[in-house]
Amino acid sequence: MISVTGRAVTMGEKSYQIKNLLKKYPGFELRVDDLLLFKGEVFCLLGPSGAGKTTLLRLLNFLEEADEGEIIFEGRSYFPNNNNTRPLEMMRKITTVFQRPALLKDSVWNNIIYPLKIRKRQVNKQEIMPVVEELGISHLLRQNSRTLSGGEAQRVAMARALVFKPQVLLLDEPTANLDPGNIKIIEQMVTKYAAQEKPTVVWITHNHFQAKRVGDRVCLLEGGHIVEVSSKEVFFNNPRQRRTQEFLAGEMYF
Amino acid sequence: MEAVNALKLLLTFDPYVYNIIGVSLQVSGIALLFSTLIGIPVGATLGLTHFRGKPFVTALLYTGMGFPPVVIGLFVFLLFSSVGPLGNLGWLFTTRAMITAQTIIAFPMVSGFTMAAVLSVDKNLMKQLQALGATRFQASWAAIKEARIGVLVAIIAGFGGIISEVGAVMLVGGNIAGKTRVLTTAIVLETRQGNFGVAIAFGIILLAITFIANLTMITLQKKHLFATE
Repeated sequence: MISVTGRAVTMGEKSYQIKNLLKKYPGFELRVDDLLLFKGEVFCLLGPSGAGKTTLLRLLNFLEEADEGEIIFEGRSYFPNNNNTRPLEMMRKITTVFQRPALLKDSVWNNIIYPLKIRKRQVNKQEIMPVVEELGISHLLRQNSRTLSGGEAQRVAMARALVFKPQVLLLDEPTANLDPGNIKIIEQMVTKYAAQEKPTVVWITHNHFQAKRVGDRVCLLEGGHIVEVSSKEVFFNNPRQRRTQEFLAGEMYF
Repeated sequence: MEAVNALKLLLTFDPYVYNIIGVSLQVSGIALLFSTLIGIPVGATLGLTHFRGKPFVTALLYTGMGFPPVVIGLFVFLLFSSVGPLGNLGWLFTTRAMITAQTIIAFPMVSGFTMAAVLSVDKNLMKQLQALGATRFQASWAAIKEARIGVLVAIIAGFGGIISEVGAVMLVGGNIAGKTRVLTTAIVLETRQGNFGVAIAFGIILLAITFIANLTMITLQKKHLFATE
């Protein structure tokens, strides 16, 4: 029997296992019955606006609690309504980069090292500079974040998300407002980080081509439930669900 | 003629004049310190958290900002009067009673403006800092630092409100020469007695103190205030 997640072959070590997750809002609910996420994979989330993609990301970041169900993260189980089950150490392995970056009104450098400061970790310039250079922001380090363009600000936001080497990188449409040059830089950075550190990357995007470029597996979320999870090749060339085919062809349900 | 008199008093370091300046700065300085220590945490908490009864507390605070200082003076007077609940402290007609009154006057201003400043910080920032691993406390602290110019304005407003206030200090301090006489109460007294030169001198000093206080705080924050967008 093939589940909706379509995992016949395992991809490596599990990072997340989601079971019967339910999150309710007035007029909307997100339901994920069964989903596995693996270390070292880039998992792309596609779906129309309001499908529940951002809600799922917030649940994976443990910034929000589900109403029902279970999230197993790195072998430990987390249930709703039990505050003690979300230790800071665990939450600090996970981070999110958002569509619209909000930076501190401070120098670019201080923005980048903020995650290290709050963890009371040593700031090692040798470790930070490769990321800074890869993102092309080494000339901006002394500038105040308020002077940055949108693309520069997002590259700074990406740098601050990577300096503490998160094991889970959640991306909520980080390139939606960027020009092609900036998009390329961000994609290259994430791809490189994924190859080096083997994190779990969950990437929300509205751009099918981006999912084709960066994804390992692709998931279609619609109306608060998962339609299909497949490898990139299957998803785009030979989707198992008719609805996926329709979605890729640009048909919308209202 | 009176203006020349005023300058002469200032330049000869008249002990009467400088004692009054000292008392003024001491009373308002200590009162500002207390109201800042209480007002910033209260204002920040109101700006950052949601709890039942918050609209009520906020309305109370805004009422306090517009409250006539002389009425607060009356309240403090009754508190410390010989028949009042704290009468046995013997604080009435001392600088302690004046500090108490000015702390109460400045507190709503400091906390109210701090709250407004913290509320103006981008809500996404705290959310994103928490996603980067900040605790709620760390993210709140970052938000207060983001609002630092507004918090500074809150402190300046508090200081401006109390250094120039007459009614409350007159009531609870009693305008005793060499003890509880401050710049504002001295101006009232000297004007009534027709010593316009002295009154003008005190007026100049009061203006100068307020100006220097503002200038100092703005200079401290110049880098942030005038940073190019």
